[in-house]
Amino acid sequence: MSGWLAFLLPWEFSPLAAALALGAAVAFVRGARRAPPPQAVGVARRIGFFAGLALLYFVMQTHFDYLSQHMFYIHRLQHLALHHAGPFLIALSQPQAVIARGLPQRLHERVLTPAWRHPLVQGLYRLLQNWLVAPVLFVGLIFLWLTPEVHFYAMLSGPLYHVMNWSMLLDGLLFWFLMLDPRSKEQGALLSLGPRIGILLAAAVPQLALGAHIALADHDLFDVYAICGRAWAISPLEDQEVGGLVTWIPAAMMHGVGTLVVLSYWMRSK
Amino acid sequence: MSPRRRAWLVALALLLASCGGGGPWQLKDIKGVVPDLAFNLTDDSGRKVSAADYRGRAVLLFFGYTNCPDVCPTTLLKLSAALKDLGPAAQRAQVLFVTVDPERDTLEALHRYVRAFGPHVSGLRGSAAELRELAKRYRISYSYGTPDANGDYEVNHSSAVFVFDAAGDARLLVLPDSSEQAIAHDLKILLGAPQG
Repeated sequence: MSGWLAFLLPWEFSPLAAALALGAAVAFVRGARRAPPPQAVGVARRIGFFAGLALLYFVMQTHFDYLSQHMFYIHRLQHLALHHAGPFLIALSQPQAVIARGLPQRLHERVLTPAWRHPLVQGLYRLLQNWLVAPVLFVGLIFLWLTPEVHFYAMLSGPLYHVMNWSMLLDGLLFWFLMLDPRSKEQGALLSLGPRIGILLAAAVPQLALGAHIALADHDLFDVYAICGRAWAISPLEDQEVGGLVTWIPAAMMHGVGTLVVLSYWMRSK
Repeated sequence: MSPRRRAWLVALALLLASCGGGGPWQLKDIKGVVPDLAFNLTDDSGRKVSAADYRGRAVLLFFGYTNCPDVCPTTLLKLSAALKDLGPAAQRAQVLFVTVDPERDTLEALHRYVRAFGPHVSGLRGSAAELRELAKRYRISYSYGTPDANGDYEVNHSSAVFVFDAAGDARLLVLPDSSEQAIAHDLKILLGAPQG
């Protein structure tokens, strides 16, 4: 038991991650409690939100992060959580309005709303959420951090490692909020349902190819783990093969599930 | 600057640096990537030492254990051969062999072991907590295998040698496939000694 408790302590404590997780959780609970009956937050949305948040916290702020730094396939699982599963669950539970309602009113009205409506913020947001930019960024970040030379330095340098993980998390949130917006374009979503399905399917293909390339490679592509030491004894190729499979199959499955969700929105609108 | 944009810039800079050839080095350049030399440990003569005791010398920091069957002895032999190539400049270079198995590696055992690799190799030992802190600083790991019937076990550990300059700044990384010549070549540049 004490072993497990120790495992759940942060490996590298991040005040920002802890404050954001705690702030989001408290704001969500307060917001859900204050919601008027027509906008009541159902059990499924609560579970989705807290499962996503807990998953993100677990992979970033426990000793799971230590394992991610010293085992390639655990690192791939960490990125699967940061870039796919965690943001997916959070976006699916549509927490924006709930969190906004739960925030201190002054913070919400005087700081966050004006900042959000600022033309620069809106411009940048619309650029990043452009139908072409969003999937290119989503796939591009995966390829960037898995470029062997870049990956080497990301695992060796503390600051760069954190830039890598935060960039995956932020981009994951942007992408899945764009894809899983339950509204149609007429109701205010940035993209219509059809193009979203196209993007979801197209973005899965390069991930399949990259995952297969890594899983089937016959030499060690990411030697930084051998150089810095693996968390336990496992051959580099075995580690790489599992890591490639994690990049390949569950990631592609998330795109399949995302497509089904968007299809269900479309069915409901008919 | 947003973390995203910073990520792109850092990555771009790294890509440019790695494509551009990046200076005179034959070993891996890690300047600015890895923190400077800092530790509090005990050396194989029983003296409490810190990074400040090695200022003015190029330090080659390596993690291993004396029962190590392959990586540690081959690496230490390669490092001491490279130091011999340095000539008199070797006086300003120091190999620090940090044991990741302080349980079995007593100071005496460590002393006997490092002496076999020449005068410029020192063994360092720390408590479990001191060792953990040092490993975390350089983002390396070590773990212990299951003991056999005799109580012997293997230790999985990093194979990297971190090279620090006389000021204690991290500069280079010796990889398992780096040659003795490459190590000597880069150490000569680092120490301002003539090549050849």
